[in-house]
Amino acid sequence: MFKANVYVTLKEGVLDPQGEAVRKSLQVLDYQEVEAVRIGKFIEVWLEAADESAARRQVEEMSDKLLANPIIEDFRVEMMEVV
Amino acid sequence: MKFGVIVFPGSNCDADCYHVVQDVLGQEADYIWHKQDSLAGCDALILPGGFSYGDYLRTGAIARFSPIMPAVIDFAQQGGLVIGICNGFQILLEAGLLPGAMLRNRSLKFICGRINLKVERTDTAFTNQLLPGEIIKVPIAHGEGNYFCDPPTLAALKRDNRILFTYCDENGAESQEANPNGSVANIAGIINEGGNVLGMMPHPERCSEEILGGTDGLGIFASMLQSFLEGKR
Repeated sequence: MFKANVYVTLKEGVLDPQGEAVRKSLQVLDYQEVEAVRIGKFIEVWLEAADESAARRQVEEMSDKLLANPIIEDFRVEMMEVV
Repeated sequence: MKFGVIVFPGSNCDADCYHVVQDVLGQEADYIWHKQDSLAGCDALILPGGFSYGDYLRTGAIARFSPIMPAVIDFAQQGGLVIGICNGFQILLEAGLLPGAMLRNRSLKFICGRINLKVERTDTAFTNQLLPGEIIKVPIAHGEGNYFCDPPTLAALKRDNRILFTYCDENGAESQEANPNGSVANIAGIINEGGNVLGMMPHPERCSEEILGGTDGLGIFASMLQSFLEGKR
């Protein structure tokens, strides 16, 4: 069994109204050093696969099809074997 | 003419659309549950507003893979008339039938009200019953209607005159103040390259009868009927 951590983030240049609202809130809390906040998604997927590279291929395909929208989002996959 | 209204779990404007095409426009209408895989002889499709699959993951992302969607995509690719309203627009974007994606509204608020739309073209299957340069008042109700596309896509949309509706003020000026959600270029509705697929965030089905305070939206459904009758598709 494998476990994938999928990080979905907004592409550079895509406006993130949520991140911007959180940035302003952090400034209100006096964290003046904060320059930018971007909010993304963290998705965990457990799956069976022949080996780690097969598992990675599957999750990358899933991410491209459904977990992320390639028009506005990038994704990154971390893969680990679990028992 | 027979309109098919696709119903996803969480659609909530399906009955409104059905009512408008059947009782106001006087045409046939049929509900098509998302688990069906055939369109049963429909002449045009409506993807209604709502919150399909609770907007989980991204708006429209899960509905896009419903069993009915391969038939919808095939119908659109064959030149069939398809209108996606609000959540229906979001589903068409996720399905790749229209370019771009939706972001959260600039204000982060769910917005609900009646806005002015400028009709950019009247030589299409969706606007032939409207007047050139006409400004129509249509309700909006969405949290994620902030249309985004990259600069090359925007340039192509403009070049090919595929922007059908833009948010404007009462005089037709496309100011930032008149842009309710932050959409690029004040875009409220676009068509595909073939001109047979329209996606729009505002709700024409909510303003197709006087009792609801206006009939500006009816022209869009009437245009589809006219286009069908002329056999233009």
